[in-house]
Amino acid sequence: MGEKRNLWSGVLFGIGLAAFIDETIFHQLLRWHHFYDKSTTDIGLISDGFFHAFSWFATIGGLFLFADLKRRNRLSLIRWWGGVLLGAGSFQLYDGIIQHKLMGLHQIRYVENVIPYDLVWNLSAVVMIATGLFLLKRASKKGEPSHA
Amino acid sequence: MHETHGGLLFDLMLAIPFLLIILLYIGAGLVSNRSPHLQKWPYWRYVLWSIGVLCAGIAVIGPLADQARIDFRAHMVGHLLLGMLAPLLLVLAAPMTLLLRTLPVSAAKKMTLLLRSSYVRVISHPVTTSILNIGGLWVLYTTDLYHMMHNSLGVHVLVHLHVFLAGYLFTMSMIYIDPVAHRYSYLYRSIVFIFALAGHGILSKYLYASPPEGVSVNQAETGSMIMYYGGDAIDAVLIFILCLQWYQSAQPNKRLAAHP
Repeated sequence: MGEKRNLWSGVLFGIGLAAFIDETIFHQLLRWHHFYDKSTTDIGLISDGFFHAFSWFATIGGLFLFADLKRRNRLSLIRWWGGVLLGAGSFQLYDGIIQHKLMGLHQIRYVENVIPYDLVWNLSAVVMIATGLFLLKRASKKGEPSHA
Repeated sequence: MHETHGGLLFDLMLAIPFLLIILLYIGAGLVSNRSPHLQKWPYWRYVLWSIGVLCAGIAVIGPLADQARIDFRAHMVGHLLLGMLAPLLLVLAAPMTLLLRTLPVSAAKKMTLLLRSSYVRVISHPVTTSILNIGGLWVLYTTDLYHMMHNSLGVHVLVHLHVFLAGYLFTMSMIYIDPVAHRYSYLYRSIVFIFALAGHGILSKYLYASPPEGVSVNQAETGSMIMYYGGDAIDAVLIFILCLQWYQSAQPNKRLAAHP
């Protein structure tokens, strides 16, 4: 039970964290992203709405799961961080490819050549996923003291 | 209601019922405190109740309410207060618990029976309350209702009453503060909540591009962002309380939930 919970707590918090960073940095501080783009498809609007709602809930819920693991002495930080990176990377990849590109939600930045931005965005997502999977694998191998 | 700015005297008259509701609550708390086998009603609940009633009052009486008739941004601030913040504060003040401990036993028993009735059960089901709350907003902003509201006092009052009541029912169906006859699991409520939150966010963004007729682009854009981010802020509190109750009820080595 501890292993799965560590993973899920991490994944949920990771999704929330990625969405939170997206909102604060790219929407509010840099103002690269647009709140609403005239090219947004209906499905893009719906997808964005559900992901936003889910990630908002997941940020808070994931932290409570974290507190629950600590309370039970079942916390495995390597596994948890693996989950965070996996969740954040997956969300960013979905956002970067499906939402930005296919559903036309908005672009990363409104410049002439957006390709470098897209590349960095999606590659960093892939790196996060790969690192997350690596950490999870290492945690399984070491038989992390998740039942300590 | 249009044209009539009402004036201060008119506003003060409208404020009387709100003041009475605050006084009634405080009175009930003080009366029930006299009972020897009851704990003192906590002070912070009086505070929550009063601020909650105040929020609802600000939304329907006075300068903000006047401005809301011509300005979509003011309208949105008013709706956040009336449909989200006021309901949250009032639910946290546990008025039903206070009522049950103030009423004589026989009346309290009848009240409990009423709360267990199938009508209350249907109307307070999380799915019902979500549809009443978010569905109501979709109807308001995507049909002619928004205009009818500004041209008829009756419709105006009904819409605002609905916004408040639907907001209250929604909040009390998501976080259980008062006694609830039919409880739904945390997971179930969380899933319904996410759907409702998504419906709210989608509508906010939809209004950014397609506001009700007659609303200027500038007001529509700001108004929809107020709805989106303001809704998120208040919903974060709701999510936090829901998760906290879940966390407490899942406490190891405790069979009984920490929350009543």
